[in-house]
Amino acid sequence: MSTLTTSTFGKSSRSSDGFTIVKAKHPGRWIAAGVLLALVALVLYSVFTNDRFGWPVVAYYFTDFSTARGLLITLELTVISMVIGMALGVILAVMRLSPNPVVRMAAAAYVYFFRGTPVLVQLLFWYNLAALYPTINLGILGLQFDANAVITPMFAAILGLGLNQGAYMSEIVRAGLLSVDSGQVEAAGALGINRFHTLRRIVLPQAMRVIIPPTGNETIGMLKTTSLVSVLAVPEVLYSAQVIYARTFDTIPLLIVASLWYIVVTTVLSIGQYYLERHFARGSQRELPPTPLQKIAYLFRVHDRRLPVSTKTDQENSR
Amino acid sequence: MTMQAEPAEAQAASGSNRMIWADAIHKSYGRNDVLKGIDLEVAAGEVVCLIGPSGSGKSTFLRCMNHLETVDDGIMWVAGRVVGYEMKGDRLREQSYAQVCRSRTKIGMVFQHFNLFPHMTVLENIMEAPTVALRQKKSVVRERAMRLLEQVGLAEKAQHYPRQLSGGQQQRVAIARALCMEPSLMLFDEPTSALDPELVGEVLKVMKDLARTGMTMVVVTHEMNFAREMADRVVFMDGGVIVEEGPAAELITNPRHPRTKEFLASVL
Ligand SMILES: Nc1ncnc2c1ncn2[C@@H]1O[C@H](COP(=O)(O)OP(=O)(O)OP(=O)(O)O)[C@@H](O)[C@H]1O
Ligand SMILES: [Mg+2]
Repeated sequence: MSTLTTSTFGKSSRSSDGFTIVKAKHPGRWIAAGVLLALVALVLYSVFTNDRFGWPVVAYYFTDFSTARGLLITLELTVISMVIGMALGVILAVMRLSPNPVVRMAAAAYVYFFRGTPVLVQLLFWYNLAALYPTINLGILGLQFDANAVITPMFAAILGLGLNQGAYMSEIVRAGLLSVDSGQVEAAGALGINRFHTLRRIVLPQAMRVIIPPTGNETIGMLKTTSLVSVLAVPEVLYSAQVIYARTFDTIPLLIVASLWYIVVTTVLSIGQYYLERHFARGSQRELPPTPLQKIAYLFRVHDRRLPVSTKTDQENSR
Repeated sequence: MTMQAEPAEAQAASGSNRMIWADAIHKSYGRNDVLKGIDLEVAAGEVVCLIGPSGSGKSTFLRCMNHLETVDDGIMWVAGRVVGYEMKGDRLREQSYAQVCRSRTKIGMVFQHFNLFPHMTVLENIMEAPTVALRQKKSVVRERAMRLLEQVGLAEKAQHYPRQLSGGQQQRVAIARALCMEPSLMLFDEPTSALDPELVGEVLKVMKDLARTGMTMVVVTHEMNFAREMADRVVFMDGGVIVEEGPAAELITNPRHPRTKEFLASVL
């Protein structure tokens, strides 16, 4: 074996202090990258030379007041629904891990019900709640509301999206809680830390590493699901665009405007998610994960370093 | 849980310098009887080593002392109080979890696998329980934590995360974490079993220093040298009962019971 290593790799020069490592060329990587870039260029060319895309109209409405206001409402819906969803998710997940079977089943029934029906149906349901309960009576507080006045389209939207999200978040949070070593709960218990603090300060922070990546996906999903509430005439991004193209018939350009805004926000959210993950990776690895730029650099890195003599002699000894 | 202890006996338990009094402890998992009536007394300031073959119930017994396991039958007294129950006349009422937590603050425990909180620095690990469970002031706790880190020889690692430390260092942090609660009793469950042989010494040294301060310690261990050198008493368990107990040197060098002889022959 030891003679093979030097003779078969003819180009490797053997110096007095060890082996020289020959770079691997990775020609396949360069070809694949080239083909893909050519395809992208073709698509872009077609898109920008086709007048029917209406790029001037896109540019005009991209920063238009009503789409900007729609964007604000979309963001508001996303944030509020996700906050409700996460709070509910934590509560439901803890309930599902409760020793009390009634509590456990109540949480499971909630998840079953909300996962089992389409969110669009739920939205319409909340919107039409007044048909079911014309007045909302909070008997204990002696308060009474007119359901039609309370359940505005926005309120129905938040209720529908948030309650539905709670069901999905509870599964994510539960997986996170289960991922934490039971020795952690034991150690906290042995130190006399109560259940609430154990959950909040010991278990949840560690569960976050498992919870955050899917929650990021859920947030991005929620951003786009908010477009469903256009059926309730809530003036978010899509509905704002629809209102304009109903008047001007610039359907495609306005759908592009809406899409562009969704992409912009998704991009911002993805970056946020990345740094959040880095934050919660604290203590889990000896080194923090690489930034995206470092990752690209690694991909194209070629092996160009020298093995010290000791490595060589070790190899020879082991043969 | 049956309860026959007379009030007079209860008085005796709190009146003497008895730190632990295990009275006919029974425990089973399903149909597996793990502890079959264990009686043991540990005086304040005493160091007792529990030895015995795997599966003999050492960990289970130790964990009954801070109510990590519930006792099926018999009574466990620690520091003059019944573990896990509130005594009202001749009745024992099960404690709430909050009450259990309060009693545990006086009992330190060190685990085989350290169980440090990986998302907190060494200093945060040590400061967590005193600030959260005892509600002590951060500045006071920090000072004590740093002094303890000094004692276990890890002052310069205060800002490191557990995963950046060796096993021996992690276990020393775990000991400091338990000590920062200023417990009156320390329980160790095979504290050196998960360590590479060359790291065992540094942990044992910390435990020896602790024993010399007069801390009451119950140590489940396979380290016979530690037992011989530091233990006031060694207790040999097998099959859920105490087979033999006695002064360390005597029991280890001159066991009387054949099962003890057999076990010692296999580990020495
Ligand atoms: N949570 C549990 N559920 C069911 N059985 C258990 C549980 N914990 C322990 N046991 C059983 O109880 C018996 C005693 O276990 P224990 O951990 O107390 O032994 P040990 O003396 O500490 O052994 P080792 O030296 O291996 O740690 C074993 O047979 C074990 O299988
Ligand atoms: Mg054990």
